[in-house]
Amino acid sequence: MCNISRRKFLAGSVAGGAAIAMAPAKKAFGANLSGFPDGLGVLVDMTRCVGCRSCEAACNKEQNLPEPDKAFDDYTVFDERPHGQHRRPTEKAYTVVNRYDQADGEKVYRKIQCNHCNEPACLTSCFVNAYKKTPEGAVTYNDKVCVGCRNCMVACPFNIPAFSYSSAFNPIIKKCIFCYDTRLKNGQAPACVEICPQQVMLFGKRQELIKIAHDRMRRNPGKYVETLYGDKEVGGTGWLYLSHVPFKEAGFNVSLPNEPIINNVKDFLAIVPMVLAIWPALFTGFHLLSTKGKSHGHADNHRHDGQEGHE
Amino acid sequence: MANSAKTIMKGALALLFFFSLFMNCYATESYPGEIYIDILANHYQAVVFDHDLHVMVSEGCATCHHHTTGMPVINTYCASCHSADESAATVSCQGCHSKEPVTAGSMQQERAAFVFHDDKPDLKGAYHLSCLGCHQQMGAPTGCQDCHARTEAGDRFFNSGMFAPAH
Ligand code: SF4
Ligand code: SF4
Repeated sequence: MCNISRRKFLAGSVAGGAAIAMAPAKKAFGANLSGFPDGLGVLVDMTRCVGCRSCEAACNKEQNLPEPDKAFDDYTVFDERPHGQHRRPTEKAYTVVNRYDQADGEKVYRKIQCNHCNEPACLTSCFVNAYKKTPEGAVTYNDKVCVGCRNCMVACPFNIPAFSYSSAFNPIIKKCIFCYDTRLKNGQAPACVEICPQQVMLFGKRQELIKIAHDRMRRNPGKYVETLYGDKEVGGTGWLYLSHVPFKEAGFNVSLPNEPIINNVKDFLAIVPMVLAIWPALFTGFHLLSTKGKSHGHADNHRHDGQEGHE
Repeated sequence: MANSAKTIMKGALALLFFFSLFMNCYATESYPGEIYIDILANHYQAVVFDHDLHVMVSEGCATCHHHTTGMPVINTYCASCHSADESAATVSCQGCHSKEPVTAGSMQQERAAFVFHDDKPDLKGAYHLSCLGCHQQMGAPTGCQDCHARTEAGDRFFNSGMFAPAH
């Protein structure tokens, strides 16, 4: 659906410009985002994580990522503060585990990866439609389409997309894809979930996970803070977190709105199809004027192509 | 820091030992003195679990075996249904905790059969949550390799030992 080739996209956007100009921006970008009631997700129970980094190692092997800078049993990474911050996923590591030292001396560990948002800001910010939210719940991307503009990196509320600079002229996005190609599309849990000794992560339908999370909170009064992170944030995320310390103390962004990011950026995004739309329409107009009298019965075909590219 | 942890641990062990003297009079049934656990045989060598030692230092069988041994149930959640249970047909961990990883879906199936067993960890989870949880509280060893030494495949998996990054 979103996996169109770059050539087809360019052809489609030029030819279909006139058609898009008529369609409201919300339809062009907002369609099909939250309509996957059976979407899968993962419930992360931070009370269980011991920071063993097995999940990082499993991700590295599953995704054929480059050799890490330090061994996966080297726990000095927890003291690293690249750019003064805790670690975040990179083009060489789609998931990282961080340690957050609490005021009372307690050590809290948190695994970070793409949260596979219900209405992904990365997807809506991408003007070449490189991203796709699959019915299974994964947010995947087509690196053959990505032009390396880094819109998604800026748009993501969780700072997830990273870029590979192995080619200076064609940096491409790199992030967790929920093991979509190798596991999720066959209904299998991702590699990190499977390896975890502490069963920190539970894989299943997002709707069921929400229920299980609330059961855990109800059955263990005082054990968890009374919120499920990701239930509502930015329209809901596929990966959900339970914690025993306030989320802020584990480095979570707790000031995110409940509305999807798309609502904030859609006004801006409307400009993008406008630019793509008006110019081709204008030049098509010139073309039609200059070829006046000749047959132009192919207009309908163009219209059809254009819609296909943007569905 | 390490020293004080050690003293606490010694104290805890001594206390538990005295306590276990009382509890042990219940333990008339026979049980294996050692248990061989090899579910992670790919990355780790098998664990030879010293059951005898843990029987000695634990508060009672129910600390690990919930309501299955016919001993007084400790966990209040289990006790609400099983406070007067006889010894169950199976008491081993893998008798109840599946080797297959649990998912939200499999938990729901479990719920259909046993209403209150709906958040039951799988075997790997049960071992680690129970063992490591107690080891953390008691100041016992908690490093991965304190319990199971890694295999060569494990070293490769962790990019460690002879597979460590060269720099
Ligand atoms: S494998 Fe599990 S316990 Fe280990 S760091 Fe990852 S989430 Fe935490
Ligand atoms: S967490 Fe970021 S990268 Fe992942 S789906 Fe959400 S917006 Fe996209």
